[in-house]
Amino acid sequence: MDLPLIWSLLIATAVMLYVLLDGSDLGIGMLTAFAKSDHERNMMTATIEPVWDGNETWLILGGGGLFAAFPLAYAVLMPAFYIPVLIMLAALIFRGVAFEFRHKAVRKPTKLFWNGAFAYGSLAAALAQGFILGGFIQGVEAADRGFTGGTFDWFTPFTVLTALSVAGGYMLLGSCWLVLKTEGDIQKGCLKWAKRMTIFVLIAMGAVSLATLSIDPRVTARWGIDMQAFNFGKFLPLAPIPLIAGILFALIWRDLALRFDKAPDWRPMIYAAGLFLTGYLGLAISLFPYLVPFQYDIWQTAARDNALMLMLVGAGIMLPIILAYTVYVYSLFWGKVDPDEAYHD
Amino acid sequence: MDFDALLLSRLQFAFVVAFHIMFPAFTIGLAAFLAVCEGLWLATKRDVFKRLYLHWIKIFALAFAMGVVSGVVMSYQFGTNWAVFSDKAGSVIGPLLGYEVLTAFFLEATFLGVMLFGWKRVGRKLHFIATLAVAIGTSISAFWILSANSWMQTPVGFDVDPETGNLFATDWMAVIFNPSFPSRYVHMMLAAFITTAAVVLAAGGYQILRGRNSEPTKWQIRMAAGTLLVLMPFQIWAGHWSGEVAHHHQPAKVAAIEGWWDTADEQGTVLFGFPDEEAERNIAEIEIPGTSKFLFSAEGPLKGLKAFPDTERPPVFIVFWAFRIMVAAGLAMLFMGGWGVVLWLRNKIDKPALFHWLAVPTGVMGFVAVITGWIVAEVGRQPYTVYGVLRTEDSVSPVEVSSVATSLIVFMVVYAIIFTAGVVYMARIATRGFVDDKTDPPQKENRAPGSAFGSVDDPAETPSDTIATDKEG
Ligand code: HDD
Ligand code: HEM
Ligand code: HEM
Repeated sequence: MDLPLIWSLLIATAVMLYVLLDGSDLGIGMLTAFAKSDHERNMMTATIEPVWDGNETWLILGGGGLFAAFPLAYAVLMPAFYIPVLIMLAALIFRGVAFEFRHKAVRKPTKLFWNGAFAYGSLAAALAQGFILGGFIQGVEAADRGFTGGTFDWFTPFTVLTALSVAGGYMLLGSCWLVLKTEGDIQKGCLKWAKRMTIFVLIAMGAVSLATLSIDPRVTARWGIDMQAFNFGKFLPLAPIPLIAGILFALIWRDLALRFDKAPDWRPMIYAAGLFLTGYLGLAISLFPYLVPFQYDIWQTAARDNALMLMLVGAGIMLPIILAYTVYVYSLFWGKVDPDEAYHD
Repeated sequence: MDFDALLLSRLQFAFVVAFHIMFPAFTIGLAAFLAVCEGLWLATKRDVFKRLYLHWIKIFALAFAMGVVSGVVMSYQFGTNWAVFSDKAGSVIGPLLGYEVLTAFFLEATFLGVMLFGWKRVGRKLHFIATLAVAIGTSISAFWILSANSWMQTPVGFDVDPETGNLFATDWMAVIFNPSFPSRYVHMMLAAFITTAAVVLAAGGYQILRGRNSEPTKWQIRMAAGTLLVLMPFQIWAGHWSGEVAHHHQPAKVAAIEGWWDTADEQGTVLFGFPDEEAERNIAEIEIPGTSKFLFSAEGPLKGLKAFPDTERPPVFIVFWAFRIMVAAGLAMLFMGGWGVVLWLRNKIDKPALFHWLAVPTGVMGFVAVITGWIVAEVGRQPYTVYGVLRTEDSVSPVEVSSVATSLIVFMVVYAIIFTAGVVYMARIATRGFVDDKTDPPQKENRAPGSAFGSVDDPAETPSDTIATDKEG
């Protein structure tokens, strides 16, 4: 059994779930900056209050899983992204406690402070994740099992582009989630945001895709393009990915803009998630099998087989259970959010 | 990899982990307390337990959120600041942390949502199950993290890869149940219950001083004093057990704890003194001689610090004093528990008295003991991260001093802000008492979930009615 391969798929899945689940939460966080009243803001946060903690746990599984299954990759990547990881952690601290603190603040300045911490913490976390993604795609310098690059290698025009794209993408997810969970005026406002972000994401995904192709000849070759020619035979099996992305854009736009009244509320969310999935798959294909692009692959960075096996047993038993009770809790809180449900005073 | 980055990384790790552990210590205990209260409410249908539950769950939510966000920081620290350690020890310690995420964190996080927001959606029994899931989750997570930490203290069941120098496990059972794990797990879980009991006692004491002693106040101060009196003796026993284990596996740590410099067949207990590492002796020492034969079941001479070369000794002063502060805090809590129970038996515990004045500062004693206890364990194992195998100076990441300095300052500022706010909000709830609490959770819905805004509770139903008639849970 190729344990490193299995574990790379598992961790990729965990990160994907994090992006979809907590990405929506962070997107909603950013959107609260535009809320018109405190009631509106409370309604927006109420849609995720019962689940945000579980969603963030996928990030811990991603990080902890990387440590456990690919210690060398963890040991090289974390120092490489020291600053953006620091920003992400600090931002997630503010975002996380603000869920609770903003209800407890009584005076106006503190209330404003925690509302701001929630919105801008979400924004900063999303941007930091985008910088990490960009820094990852563009490659990390390493030698002798250690990071050898500079402190600010992760900050380039390319990573600025990925950072903005991730933040915008999260806002698309967040606004689609709110379309699903709210009604009336709030929903109308979110619909507007969803439309705006769809256009933004369309441009951003195109730009990031093109830029990624120019990062490294190995990536370009993977998609059938090299110095001399375009290799159609290589591209053809991969062609469905951009094609599906295109179709999803058309579908989500039709739902949001053209005949929303007839479209069920949950559909834009599904399409938006699908868009993320295609982007993610595209990236995975570009970079596989590197885990520290373009230095170490998944087999070089993997932990011992007995460690991977031990964890595979645990993951094999626990992941289905975790997914089942996550679905259960989501379904428990299914339906439009009830303004009165919170335990808060 | 220069010395300053190492020193700053150590300071940063000590700072963030000491910050983090305060919240687990409190939430592990509080989750158990909430489960007990809700269980008693379901069993006895007495209002007072429900009110205790609804009151403390608000504080729990705040503390839990702070525990989660500071814990996320921890799980990235290993990589950002201890990259070489992560690479070398990852194949052994990684799976333990992986199991913690898989078996505990998801359980806690997911059911916390039901516990806090599920009142309307699930029945009473299901809600109780969610509370239990959270409480069990916290103790499972302590199991795994303490197993990882204990393995670093007393590493067994592993081997070294000759090619990369990396460690790998040869016997997982030996790794998980390593020699210092059982005592550390028992000592830490008891520490969590004791810490929480001290906080509950302090809140009760304050409310009584302020004349806010409603029914739940009376119950909580009794429950807390009783818990302290019952658990503290066990804790002294568990601490002694930890000391025995350390004596076998980390004799230098015990020598530092005790302030022993010379090796001798019989050692005393140093009650007071200032270890002087230059002169290799204690200044102003007060010692009870010859106690070691009652405390340590050891054959052969008991090693003093001089038996270890300079490079193998932990920082003595810190370990020595941290240990004494922990024990003093423990004895103080034992005393308060005993005093409280005496007042209770003589029916005087509900009237403001000196006891209640002292109960308030006792609230921080548990945290003091937990942090100083960890300092004993962690500083005492220096200069190693994996004891006897991997030195701390060889564990650190290749990052620049300026980066570590920045991150340390950022964490100090961020933690100062959220700590202040968190403590203020928690204290506000705890001191306010039960007077203006809601007396009932939101009711389970009769209508289909998902219908809009129609959340009016049936006004004809009084709280006592609901308890008697609500059987659907
Ligand atoms: C004795 C128990 C204990 C100890 C020594 C630690 N923790 Fe912890 N941790 C907990 C007990 C705990 C806990 C009780 O499970 C949490 C959940 C909420 C809380 O307040 O503490 C927690 C939360 C928590 C979380 C967030 C989990 C979530 O989303 O629910 C992470 C990632 C960590 N911890 C990681 C660590 C690391 C890397 C540690 C060591 C260096 C560490 N913890 C020490
Ligand atoms: C939560 C309770 C814990 C506390 C309060 C704590 C406290 C500390 C302190 C004070 C130090 C600094 C020692 C020194 O620099 O002299 C330290 C070091 C360290 N601890 Fe812990 N620790 C805890 C748990 C853990 C756990 C669970 C692990 C691993 C799984 C761990 C791993 C380390 C490592 C790698 C170091 C090395 C850094 C250093 O030596 O400074 N700690 N800890
Ligand atoms: C009063 C008698 C006590 C004794 C004799 C005692 C003894 C010890 C010893 C020897 C250690 C070091 C273990 C090691 O390094 O392997 C330790 C650690 C520790 N102590 Fe205590 N202790 C006492 C009370 C307390 C109390 C009251 C608390 C908290 C409420 C506490 C919390 C801790 C913690 C959190 C640690 C670190 C984890 C561990 O190594 O177990 N202790 N204690």
